[in-house]
This record gives sequence, structure tokens and C-alpha cells, in this order.
Amino acid sequence: MSGSTGPVWVFAEQNEGSILPVSFELIGQAKKLADELGTSLEVVFLGDAVRDQVQVLFAAGADRVYLGEDPGLKYYQPEMYTEIIVKLAKEHHPEIFLLGSTACGKELAPLVAARLETGLTAHCIDLTLDEEKQLEQIIPAYGGLISIVCPEKRPQMATVAKGVFPKPDTTEHREGELVLLEISDLKQQRIQLIKVVHEEERGVPLESAATVVAGGAGAQGPEGWAKIAGLADELGAALGSTRPPVDEGWVELDRMIGQSGKMIAPELYIGVGVSGELQHMVGIAGAKLMVAVNSEPKAPIFEQVDVGIVDDLQEFLPVLIKKIKEYKTEVA
Amino acid sequence: MFKTIVCVKAVPDPKRASEIKIDPHTKTLTRANVPLVLNQLDKHAMEAALELKSEVGGEITAVSMGPPPAAAVLKECLAMGADQGILLSDRAFGGADAYATAYTLARGIEKIGSPDLVLCGMASSDGSTEWVAPELGVFLGLPVVTGVKKIDESDGKWWQIEAHIDNGHRLLKVELPAVLAVTRELNTPRNISFSGIIKARKKEIATWDVKALGVPESQLGLAGSPTIISDLRVSESKRKVEILEGTREEKAEKLVQKLAAAGML
Ligand SMILES: Cc1cc2nc3c(=O)[nH]c(=O)nc-3n(C[C@H](O)[C@H](O)[C@H](O)COP(=O)(O)OP(=O)(O)OC[C@H]3O[C@@H](n4cnc5c(N)ncnc54)[C@H](O)[C@@H]3O)c2cc1C
Ligand SMILES: Nc1ncnc2c1ncn2[C@@H]1O[C@H](COP(=O)(O)O)[C@@H](O)[C@H]1O
Repeated sequence: MSGSTGPVWVFAEQNEGSILPVSFELIGQAKKLADELGTSLEVVFLGDAVRDQVQVLFAAGADRVYLGEDPGLKYYQPEMYTEIIVKLAKEHHPEIFLLGSTACGKELAPLVAARLETGLTAHCIDLTLDEEKQLEQIIPAYGGLISIVCPEKRPQMATVAKGVFPKPDTTEHREGELVLLEISDLKQQRIQLIKVVHEEERGVPLESAATVVAGGAGAQGPEGWAKIAGLADELGAALGSTRPPVDEGWVELDRMIGQSGKMIAPELYIGVGVSGELQHMVGIAGAKLMVAVNSEPKAPIFEQVDVGIVDDLQEFLPVLIKKIKEYKTEVA
Repeated sequence: MFKTIVCVKAVPDPKRASEIKIDPHTKTLTRANVPLVLNQLDKHAMEAALELKSEVGGEITAVSMGPPPAAAVLKECLAMGADQGILLSDRAFGGADAYATAYTLARGIEKIGSPDLVLCGMASSDGSTEWVAPELGVFLGLPVVTGVKKIDESDGKWWQIEAHIDNGHRLLKVELPAVLAVTRELNTPRNISFSGIIKARKKEIATWDVKALGVPESQLGLAGSPTIISDLRVSESKRKVEILEGTREEKAEKLVQKLAAAGML
């Protein structure tokens, strides 16, 4: 560690022993921040029998890995994970600490931040350093972008969704320092994990789909929603959504696109009945071709897409689906 | 007696939240007169409290930190069936981030007395950090479970909880007292009855300020918030839209041509 600046930390999350892509993306960005600060990049990694993964962390840019291995750490356990990380942070005083916006990261980050009496910013879409070398944590809000800083407390903590930062380049034989954590005297547990159940994602996965049809509050109900889902089906597209359809229960939470949902970059995005709020739009900023269907000509989404159609989705979608069918039979 | 505390937030009506914008010149927020409503997920937390009360009995206290008009959402909780409502309100609480919010709520909850259960919504529609419940748990020294979609309270002090994870769920047991942050899958909030409204009308909402909490102002509101907003910017899109004109059929036709040309059909 050089100078007086503490290290930059990333929490590497694993699922059944494999490190999640978001953790690597964070390591990539954290490495840049650490270089700019003239400090080291360190990774905290907890799991069971995961030592074979450590080299990948070094290859991605970690200068040091704190590894905690124990059968009890195989799955995220809030009390144990918090205890280990808090203790470690109190010893090593990280300057910055980044976690993925996963179910685990979103619970673990505030548990750790509150214990360390420091600040935390949720769902950042960019992380940079300002002139004073403070971490500028960027989030969309109120139709613009807001920078948040944590001037006095350390570490400066943030969560970031998968897909915000690119995957880092790796250097296969890059070396780093492995520090094994002693896992003992874990506090009395008030939460006991009974089991973890993985469910298959239903429908076309959002993250790998070439085409995404996203519906919004403009669907106005399950019937309108079914029409949007029908368009997705016809195009073989993944169905996505804004927040209101999730809140209304028309669609599952794992379909939500945006700052607090998924960040994706399909070839084609079609937003139907979507107003164009930034919290949603940041989730598809990387799309190639963007289309919007909205009945309101002044809807902000029309300033953020390539092709716009001003129409009532209830009337327009059946016609569009018919035309797509006709086109397909013509070609075939 | 089983004491449940439900944390509820008064949020700008989400249907009109987009009216709150950044003024690009002054870099401040222009707040149109967007009314405050009870945060949707907090209705699910209230419903859970009411259903538990019908099983295990006890008393429900709804607590909110917010400006004086937030008292209206506490009235709504009373109308749903809460036994009392407490508003934590003081100028000094203003500008709180999630940390200071959770801290203030924790001090309020301690003043109410030791609860058996604290319920929160998973997220507020305006802040949406999902931080308040976990941080509240830390400040109260209680275990926390977020993403709660099922509660089984049949086993004494160890309740069985089903909670969300990415691509699935986890089943766990948590020892009470605990903080639970609930999702919409947990239940369907009841409608408010006429008799509920009448009952709520008769009850007072207690308001507690800094003095009542007995906490130094340096730990509350903006002063007690580790994070601050350092800059506001307007974001501009680089795309230039082409609006497709014509009859409905023509518009659909043109779109199909564009999608085909892009190789997407
Ligand atoms: C911290 C935070 C994080 C958030 N994260 C996310 C996120 O990750 N993802 C997300 O999506 N949202 C997120 N939100 C919510 C976000 O701010 C918006 O509220 C949401 O994106 C709006 O969804 P919408 O466009 O579907 O609804 P609205 O804004 O209500 O827009 C509906 C649109 O439908 C149009 N319409 C109505 N009827 C019709 C019709 N018949 N035919 C065609 N068009 C019609 C209307 O003109 C309008 O433009 C977040 C909010 C906060 C505060
Ligand atoms: N000011 C507040 N007063 C009472 N409860 C709150 C407040 N802010 C947040 N909460 C609770 O914390 C939950 C999560 O909010 P948030 O962390 O802002 O997403 C909400 O659903 C409420 O239950």
C-alpha cells in the first residue's frame, strides 16, 4: 500500500463456487480508481472450497485477495459475512468499497456500511474521482444525473449493477498476494439458512437477447400488457419492463430494466407505453436501434430513441403484429 | 403483548413523480405540487402486520419520518387498522440520506419501546435505496431479512421466512425480534373500510421532534448524513428521432421495413 490512501476494495460474490460477472466488472473499474489514487486493489472473497478461483481475481487486477473459506460461507449468510467484512475493514481501512447490486450485495452493503458508520450509494451508473480524489457516485434522478460524494466517512461505499462497467482485460499469470482469513469465533447466529433454491428463468433471458420489447405503465392493465407480451413473442424477443408493471404485478421483478433492474445492450429495443424516465433509460443506453411507441407526442422517450411512433398501443400493436406476420410469410 | 412496528414512508405520488425535475440553470429541484401518498410496499408491510395481529394478537404502531403532511399516511395506516401512529418530524431531520433516516427511525423505535417485530417495505418509490431496513436492523441490534415473500410464524420465536435471491429464493429461520423488509408477493393489502376511516379520525398522530428523541442534531438529517449531493446535471441523449407518419397501417408498415432493413425480423 502506498502513501496514506487506503486500498480500493471489491467484494467478489460467488454462486456455487463461480465468481459473478458483476464482480469482475467492478474489479475492472476499481483497478482504474486504485491506479488514479496510487493505491492497491484488494478483493474480499468468501465461499467454500473456492481457492481455485483466486488466480482469476489476480488475473483480473486484484493486488491482494482476502480469502475466507468455510463450509458455512458457501452461501451468503448475512451475519457471518457482515462480521468478517466489518472486522477486516476495521483493520485495513479501505478508501473505497464496491459491491454488486445483487440480492446479496444489496443486503450486505448496508449491513456493513451501518456497522462502519459510513455512507453508501445505491445502484450507481458511473464511478469517477473528482478533483479532491473523492469518489463521485453517479445516479440518475429527477430527469438528470446526480453526483453523490461521501466527504468524511470511509470507506466510500457503492453498489453497481451488472453491465454498467465492461469486463476487464485479464493477464493470465499476473501475481498477487493471497491472505487467508481465519474463520472462527463467528457470532451467535440469529438467522439460520435452511436452503437456497435456484429457479429457472422463464421466457427469453433479457441479458442475452438480441431484441427486447419493454412495456410500461401505458399498458394500463393485464390486457394491454398481454398485447406487449404478444409483440415480444412475435419477434422472438425478450420481454422487459419498467417499474410500474412490476409494481402492478403484471410481470416478474426479474424483467425490470434500468438503474435498479437490469442493464442491457440489445441490438434492438422497442419501448411500448414507456415514458422515458432516466432510471429506465440508463438500462438500455447501450442498445443499437431504439424504437418507441407512445400515445403522447411530448413523451420524453421520443428524445432518446431512433424511431418513434405516436399511437395508442392498444390499437397499434395488433396492426403491427399483423404486418410482421405478413412480412414473415412473404419472405418465407 | 406482541408489539409490531411498521415503518411507512410518505412519498411523492409515483404517478406524478416525473413532474419533479432538475432546473438546469439553478441546479435545484423544481417540485411541482406533487401530493404525498403512502409508499406502495409499505401497504404490504401494514397488511402483514394486520394479518399477524389476527394470528398472534398484540399492537401495531406505524411510524414515519417526514414533514408534517406525512401525518396523512399515518392516518391511512390507522384506517387500515394500526393501533397508533407516530410521526418523527423536525426541520433537523430534513435532507437525511438512508443512513440518517434509519438512524432516526431507530431512535424513534427505541422510544416507542422494544418491539417484537419491525416491518418495512422492501423499497421506497422515491429513494428506492433498499438500505433503510438493513441499516435500521444494525442500529437496533436486530437481525434483518430483506426480500421477504412468505412468513410462517407458527414456530415460537424462530420464524420461517422465504425471501428473494437472484434467480430463486432462500428459506431461513430468524429469531425474533427481527426486522423484515417485505415484497409485494407477500400479500394483497386490504381496502380501507368506512368504519376504519371513522376510527382513524378519532385518533391523534403523535409527533416527535429532535427534543423528544433526545439525539444531538449532528447525528440527524443532513448533518448526520455521510453522503451528500455534490452536483446535478441534465443528461442529454445523442439520438435523433425519426417519427413515422401516416395512417396506423402505414406506420406499422414503415416500422416493419425498418426492422427488416436492420436485419431484426
Ligand atoms: C431510485 C429509483 C430507481 C428506479 N429504478 C428504476 C428502474 O430500474 N427501472 C425502471 O423502469 N424504473 C425505475 N424507477 C422508476 C422510474 O423513475 C419511472 O417511474 C418509471 O421508469 C416509469 O415507468 P413508465 O415509463 O412505464 O411509466 P410512466 O412514466 O407512467 O409512463 C407511461 C407512458 O405510457 C404512455 N401511454 C399511456 N397510455 C398509452 C397508450 N394507450 N398507448 C401508448 N402509450 C401510452 C404515456 O404517455 C406515458 O409516457 C426508479 C425510480 C427511482 C426513484
Ligand atoms: N422516512 C421514512 N419513514 C419511515 N419509514 C421509511 C422512511 N424511509 C424509508 N422507510 C422504510 O424503509 C423502506 C425502504 O426504503 P428505501 O431504503 O428508501 O428504499 C420503506 O419501504 C419504508 O418501510
